Amino acid sequence: MEKINLSEITAQLLKSVSDYKDGFAHAFSIRENGCGVSRRSTENVKIEDKPDAPGLVIRVAPGSKGEKVSIPACVTHGNIDDIVYNDFYIGEGADVRIIAGCGVHVSTGEPARHNGIHRFFLEKGAHAIYEEKHVATGNGKGVRSIGPVTEIYLGEDSELEMDSLQLGGVDRTLRQTKAVVGEKARLIIRERILTDGEQEAKTEFEVEMNGAGSSVSLVSRSVAKGSSYQAYRSRIIGNAPCTGHSECDAIIVGGGRVDASPELVANDGDAALIHEAAIGKIAGEQIVKLRTLGLTEEEAENRIVSGFLK
Amino acid sequence: MLQLEKLTWSAPEGGQVLNGVDLVIPDNKLVVITGPNGGGKTTLAKLIAGLEKPDSGRIILDGRDITGLDITERARLGVSYAFQQPVRFKGLTVTDLLELASGKKLSHSEACDYLARVGLCANEYVNREVNATLSGGEIKRIELATVIARHTRLSIFDEPEAGIDLWSFNSLIDVFRELQNSIDGSMIIISHQERILSIADEIVVIADGRVTSQGPSSVILPQLLAGGAAACGKCPKKEVKYCGENKPE
Repeated sequence: MEKINLSEITAQLLKSVSDYKDGFAHAFSIRENGCGVSRRSTENVKIEDKPDAPGLVIRVAPGSKGEKVSIPACVTHGNIDDIVYNDFYIGEGADVRIIAGCGVHVSTGEPARHNGIHRFFLEKGAHAIYEEKHVATGNGKGVRSIGPVTEIYLGEDSELEMDSLQLGGVDRTLRQTKAVVGEKARLIIRERILTDGEQEAKTEFEVEMNGAGSSVSLVSRSVAKGSSYQAYRSRIIGNAPCTGHSECDAIIVGGGRVDASPELVANDGDAALIHEAAIGKIAGEQIVKLRTLGLTEEEAENRIVSGFLK
Repeated sequence: MLQLEKLTWSAPEGGQVLNGVDLVIPDNKLVVITGPNGGGKTTLAKLIAGLEKPDSGRIILDGRDITGLDITERARLGVSYAFQQPVRFKGLTVTDLLELASGKKLSHSEACDYLARVGLCANEYVNREVNATLSGGEIKRIELATVIARHTRLSIFDEPEAGIDLWSFNSLIDVFRELQNSIDGSMIIISHQERILSIADEIVVIADGRVTSQGPSSVILPQLLAGGAAACGKCPKKEVKYCGENKPE
């Protein structure tokens, strides 16, 4: 594996948000403070500049199996407002894991923002795992913002599993995810968010199921600590015989606030849509049970939260 | 050995539940506490585990007064408590709970051993979340496994038969028989069931907040059965009850 020359802060952020270990063994592109700094294409994964906007076009060859591509982005100081447009074209029958972490570090009073606009186009029978991990670090008072926009277009019998994780440090987040699900295609989304202090995180999903036999499973788990605030919006629209399931669970610790508003729209008589939601403090009996196993109240609370967000 | 001295407890909304319980639970014996509903059995279990505080009286474990200790401190001294209604957790797996119970990382084969002891096929359960998808019988057995994994001096099982089906109940008896042969300390089961009473070394009857009789199972059980449920309302039920789930797993 070829060593990549990066600042210490960037290297640390990359280790937190991606599978970076002094380099990558597979296709990758690293973005630092608004510029691409290192990149590698492989036989089946081609990474090129996007011709009309800052960002990349990533193509995964039809039929390729077990491919992996990492596209982490880092902002390492204040006064940066980075926006990037990345398009992924996953060829017919291809199988790929995409790791797109984002780290923001601020040690001054100036704000820093990274907005990644990612579009996924999956062709027939393609399968992709999309992992998105967000962290923010540094002692500066500058506001750290991350605003991911994700658009997903699933062709016949394709499947995308999206796994997004944001465990603290990010002051402002607006996460917007839109998907159009085709015939027999499957969309699986797992989201976990932890906010603390004065942080705010808003997340919005809109999934249109247009193909017969399509399905979506959307599971969001969040913990709001301190005086933080989270808002969850989901809109699942069944325009064809399809199944949709969304689940939104939130734990409130201290003075955290959570506002959840799930919406289901069935425009077809054979659309079967379910939503489950629960918001509340950690159940007292859960803490008691873990205390009977020898944990203190604080240890029990931490263990319940970490398991919930695992 | 566990000693209870003149324990009293009244409900927050009023009403004396325990009226001075004196009891000695010897080591290496399976002691079943029984008696009518509302007689104070579960309260007694909760007082021993520290979930409730007595109004007066003392709780002594292996010679040490633990009355003033909280749940965590008692757990660390070797008190284990299996809930009547086991708690479910979104996000914690069966292995997570077993590791918390045993206080260490468990290998796959160690986790399997604990699950096998309660009659669960480990491969189906080690990575399962302890959430609402588990049936009453499954979660009850996992609850038992968490207590077994602790290897403590005192284990209390609060109505292990509650909420489980007949098939699970039959295997539950085998679990307790096996535990009975391997305990190193005191073991208390709170139960109404004749079949659990019949495997006890000792039976303690609690009614109206007091110990009304105590002795070897061979002496107490015939007395309880002879009394007849209709006669006194304090006797164990002879039939296995169903609580929610009827079909075998």
